[in-house]
Amino acid sequence: MAFKGTLIIDTEKCKGCGVCIIGCPQKCIALGKKVNKKGYNHLEIIEDTCIGCANCAVVCPDGVIEVYKVKV
Amino acid sequence: MTREEIIKPENLVYRRTPVLTDNVMHYCPGCGHGTVHRLIAEVIEEMGIQDKTIGVAPVGCSVLAYNYFDVDFVEAAHGRAPAVATAIKRLHQNHFVFTYQGDGDLAAIGTGETIHACNRGENIVIIFVNNGIYGMTGGQMAPTTLPNMKTSTSPYGRDVEVMGPPLKITELVAQLPGTYYVTRQAVYTPALVRKAKKAIRQAFENQKLNKGVSFVEIVSNCNSGWKLTPVKSNEWLEENMLPFYPLGDIKVPAKEV
Repeated sequence: MAFKGTLIIDTEKCKGCGVCIIGCPQKCIALGKKVNKKGYNHLEIIEDTCIGCANCAVVCPDGVIEVYKVKV
Repeated sequence: MTREEIIKPENLVYRRTPVLTDNVMHYCPGCGHGTVHRLIAEVIEEMGIQDKTIGVAPVGCSVLAYNYFDVDFVEAAHGRAPAVATAIKRLHQNHFVFTYQGDGDLAAIGTGETIHACNRGENIVIIFVNNGIYGMTGGQMAPTTLPNMKTSTSPYGRDVEVMGPPLKITELVAQLPGTYYVTRQAVYTPALVRKAKKAIRQAFENQKLNKGVSFVEIVSNCNSGWKLTPVKSNEWLEENMLPFYPLGDIKVPAKEV
């Protein structure tokens, strides 16, 4: 059974610490070049391989990630 | 399948808990405080005790914790959170009372209050976030600072001959008769976060039993104080903090037959 997921990232609250990137098993997120109003390089989805495991959201210190998942 | 097709309310698996307010936390990027706040808020949400939970905030980085939790909060004087929590719990016995303290608050200036509250067996939850440094005031040496660890007041490393060895307050309170559940957790990987949440849940559940203090230590990072990036500070934590502060349950309630 495969799952497909996606994230909604609250980019204005993201502080760009990168702790979530280490926890991602699919390596589908990274810090981008864009900065938010506070000047942090915020998180971006770089690959469409998310499986909705919510590891990134669980470890995020600021709780900026919302995770959605469907069976495919 | 497109992104719009996946983003539907029925497919939601994880969202920021409404027990946390919408305020942006003032903590440094990657600080474990934010994660611990979220875990406590999630436990409060899952247990459905938002309207009967009272938190006690400390002095330290988490001094503004009351801005982030949508529950009742009291700000205690430096180190006095267990004493304030004692009074609140004795007056509101059907409420859930927890204190949220750092190592400078709980293990330094508040050692007396901590030990006596634990010895009396007050029916409260103590969340102790240990990052081995005074983060808020600029990275000074704390009682929990590791041997040879550089801080702004021990620039050549903590010399145990002069400054004494670090204080393992969690092991110390586990010896006291009033503590019911004592554990040490960390929050730098997803797996550890999930384990820490279970421990915090257990601590809040214990409060229903009226058996004594539930003490949860979270070994956390302080990337600003340690002068490292968030990811590097988590690696440093794993290499240096965890051998001295091993994770796991230190005192678990005996199973009733």
